[in-house]
Amino acid sequence: MVWPPMVSAQFHFTEEQDQFRDMVRRFLVDTSPTTEVRRLMQTDAGYDAAVWQRLARELGLTGLTIEEKHGGAGFGMVDVCIAMEEMGRALLCAPFLASSVLAAHAIALVASEEDAGRLLPSIAAGEVIATLAITEPDGRPGVDAIALPAERTGDGFVLNGRKHFVLDGCSADVLLVAARSPGSTGSDGLSLFEVAPDAAGVTRRALTTLDPTRKQASIEFDGVQARLLGRVDEAGPGLVRTLDIAAIALANEMVGGAARLLEDTLAYTKIRMQFGRSIASFQAIKHRCAEMLLQVELAKSAAYYAAEAMDAESDEATYLASLAKAGASEAYLHTAIEAIQLHGGIGFTFDQDTHLWFKRAKSSEVMFGDPAWHRERMMQALIVKERASSEAQMGQPA
Amino acid sequence: MSEPSESSVRADVSGWLESNWDPDLGLNEWRNKLVDSGWGMPEWPTDWFGRDFSASLIRAVEQEFAKQGAIGVARGGIRLLAAATLLEHGSTAHKEQFLRRILTGEDNWCQLFSEPGSGSDLAGATTRADLDGDQWVVNGQKLWTTSAHHANWGLLLARTDWDAPKHEGLSYFVIDMRQPGVDVQPLAQMNGHASFNQVFFDDAVVERGHLIGEIGKGWQVAMTTLAHERRRADGLRSGYSDVGADIERVGRIYDEEQVETATVMEPYTWYPQRAGRVDLALSRALDSGRIEDPTVRQELAKLLILSSSAEWTARRARAAQQMGKPQGPEGSLGKLAASHVARAAARVHTLISGADAMLAGSDGAEDGIVAEILLSVPAVSIAGGTDEIQRNIIAERVLQMPKETRFDKGPFRDVPKNVSTRLAGENE
Repeated sequence: MVWPPMVSAQFHFTEEQDQFRDMVRRFLVDTSPTTEVRRLMQTDAGYDAAVWQRLARELGLTGLTIEEKHGGAGFGMVDVCIAMEEMGRALLCAPFLASSVLAAHAIALVASEEDAGRLLPSIAAGEVIATLAITEPDGRPGVDAIALPAERTGDGFVLNGRKHFVLDGCSADVLLVAARSPGSTGSDGLSLFEVAPDAAGVTRRALTTLDPTRKQASIEFDGVQARLLGRVDEAGPGLVRTLDIAAIALANEMVGGAARLLEDTLAYTKIRMQFGRSIASFQAIKHRCAEMLLQVELAKSAAYYAAEAMDAESDEATYLASLAKAGASEAYLHTAIEAIQLHGGIGFTFDQDTHLWFKRAKSSEVMFGDPAWHRERMMQALIVKERASSEAQMGQPA
Repeated sequence: MSEPSESSVRADVSGWLESNWDPDLGLNEWRNKLVDSGWGMPEWPTDWFGRDFSASLIRAVEQEFAKQGAIGVARGGIRLLAAATLLEHGSTAHKEQFLRRILTGEDNWCQLFSEPGSGSDLAGATTRADLDGDQWVVNGQKLWTTSAHHANWGLLLARTDWDAPKHEGLSYFVIDMRQPGVDVQPLAQMNGHASFNQVFFDDAVVERGHLIGEIGKGWQVAMTTLAHERRRADGLRSGYSDVGADIERVGRIYDEEQVETATVMEPYTWYPQRAGRVDLALSRALDSGRIEDPTVRQELAKLLILSSSAEWTARRARAAQQMGKPQGPEGSLGKLAASHVARAAARVHTLISGADAMLAGSDGAEDGIVAEILLSVPAVSIAGGTDEIQRNIIAERVLQMPKETRFDKGPFRDVPKNVSTRLAGENE
C-alpha cells in the first residue's frame, strides 16, 4: 500500500467554501456566544428553536447534504465538515449532528426513494428533527453491536429492547431505530425502522450527560409497532457508511473546538501577568502552545482528508474515517487538558468557559467509538487489504 | 518580458537534447555544454547560465531531461546553496570565478556556520577573521560540517568585529579549504557513521576579495544561505517523480555520475533511518506475525495516524503556496511533526523487534537497519534546528507570543559565552 493512501484530494478550500465558512462563523458568533450555550445547556431540549429555524431558512444548513430533489442543498461532505468545524468552535447547542448528519444520511443510504421523499424534505427544512437510535446500553460502537430484535408480525415489525446514548432522543420528532433479525450477526440481518416517539410502548428518558451541551436519551421499546425503511435485513452497509460519515463530521467538530480552545488559551496567556511578565513569554507556556497547534493542524488535515475521501467514494473511506476520528479525539482532549492547565486555577472554575469545551472533548472522545476502537478498526481494514494485495501478487506469473 | 509557452519550451529542450545529449561524453564536457546552453539551470538569471524561468516551466524542462535520461548539472551537497548566496550577494568577479564550476561539479563546497559554542545560537560564532594586509587571517573551529573533506571551497561565517552587537560583527567569506591552516577531522556519531566534520582554522587565510557582501553584514548573507537550505529540505520531503525510470542508463557518463553520486550521498545513507522508516513498520509487523499483538496494532495505528496527518499537512502547505496564498500555520509545523513521527516509529520498531532490538549489525533485525533506526532517530529533533527552537519559532511567529528576553544585545565582547570560547576571547 502506498502511504498515506491518496484520494483525489485538493488540500485547499475553494473560494466558495471560504465564503461559506465565513458566513457560518458570523452567524454562530451572533447566535451562539457562551452566554447562550450556558442558557441552553440548562434546558431540556438543549437548543433554541428560533436559531434552529434561522439555521434552516437563512443558511440552509439543516439540509446541507440532502439532495436537491428532497429539498436540500446537495452539498458534499467537505461542506458539512466546514459547518461542523464552525459549530465545534462555537459549541453550538443544536440537533445538527443527530438530524442533519446521522438521520439524514441513514435515510438517504438505507430508505426507499419513496420514504426518502416523504421524510427528507421536512428534515431539510428544519421542521422535523430526526435522530438515529443505534447504540445500546452496553455502549459498544459499530453495527456489529446492534442487538435489539425486530420481529415480524403479519405484515409489520415489532421492536423490543432499549437504545441508549440517543442524540437528542427526547426532542426528536422522528426516531430511526437500527434493529436486527433474530439469529443474525455482524452487519447481516440489520434493518432500519421509523418509530413515532409517541407510539405505544415507547418510553423516553433524558440521560444525565457529562457534556450538558449535547442531549442524549435512553429509549425503551416495549412491543412497539415499527415501520420498515428500505429493505429488510439490508441496512448494514448503509449504516456502516452513516457511522463513518458521522465519525468524520464529529472529527471536524472536534477540530473546531480544539482550535477555539487554543485561541482562547493564547489570548489568556498573553494578558495573564505573573512575576512581572505575561505568562505567554515563558518558554514552558510557549512550547506547550506550539505543540497544541501541531496537534490541531494534524487533526485538521486528517479530518478534511477523510471528508474528501468520502466525497470521492474512495475505498479507503472507512479506514480514513477511523483515522480521522482517532486523531481528532486525541488532539481535542489533549488541547482541552492543556487549555485548563494553562488557565491555571481559573480554568477549573465553573464561571470560566474552558470546561464547556473540555466536556465536549471528553464526550466526543468516546462517542461513536473511542480512539483505541477506531485504531483497531483501522488496522483490521489495513490487514485485510495488505493480505489481499500480497495474495494477488503471489498469484501473478513471475 | 512574457514567458514562452510550456509546449514551445518542451520542444526547444527536447530538440536541443536530441542534437547534443550523448551518454558517451565525459561528465565534465557535457556539463560545460549544458551550462552554456542555459538548460542546466533555467531558473537562474539569463546573465548567469539560466533563462529566468518560473517553477512550472522548470518542471517541464526537468521532465524532458528525464524522458531522454539526460544528466543535469551537479546538484549534490550544498553547492546550490553556495550558488544561490553568490547570485544574491556576490560580485561579478565572484560569479565569474565560482558559478560555472559549481554547476559542472568540478568544485565541491561546504558550509562553515555551526561551532562547538554556537549551535542553536548560530550568530554567536566566535571563529575570528582579522584583516592583515591583503588577506584575512582566520582562527577558530567549526562543527557539523558535511562533506568538508571533499570540499575545496567553504562558506565561512566569522567574527570581524567584537565590539559590535552579536549579529552585526559577523562577515561572510569564501575560504579555500585546501591550505595548510585548515585541518578537517571526521566527527564520529553515536550511530557509527561519521557524516560530518570538525574543521580547525589555525592562521588560515582568505584573500581579501573573497569577502561576500560587506564587512559586518555576514548575518544577512548567511540568512540567504539558510533560507535556501530550508527550501531544499522542504523539496526533499516532497519526493521524486519516476518519469524516465525505464531508460537504460548505459554509457561512460553514467559511470562517472555514479561515482560522483556515491561520494556526495555517502554522508546521507542513514538519513532515511533517522526519519524512522515508517515505510517498513507495517510489513515488518505482518511478516513477523507481531501484528497479532493488539499492543503492536495500537502503536502502529498511532504511528500511521501521525505520519499520514503530517504528510497531508505538508501537502496543505504546498497547495497554499502553489495558489499564492499566504502561508498558514501548517507550513512551519513540518519539522516538529517529523520529530514526533520518528520517535513513534522507533517505538513501533522496538515493539515489533522485542529482544532483537538489543542487537545490531548482521545480528540485528533487518540486517541492522532497525538498530540504525533506533540510534539515528535522536538526531531528527536536533539537526537543522532543535525541537525547542522550532517551538519558539512557532510560538513567536505563528502564535504571536512574546519574544524571549535577550541577554546578548550589547557589544559581543561582553556577552556571556561558553567556557572554551571565553578563553579565546581573553587571548585577544
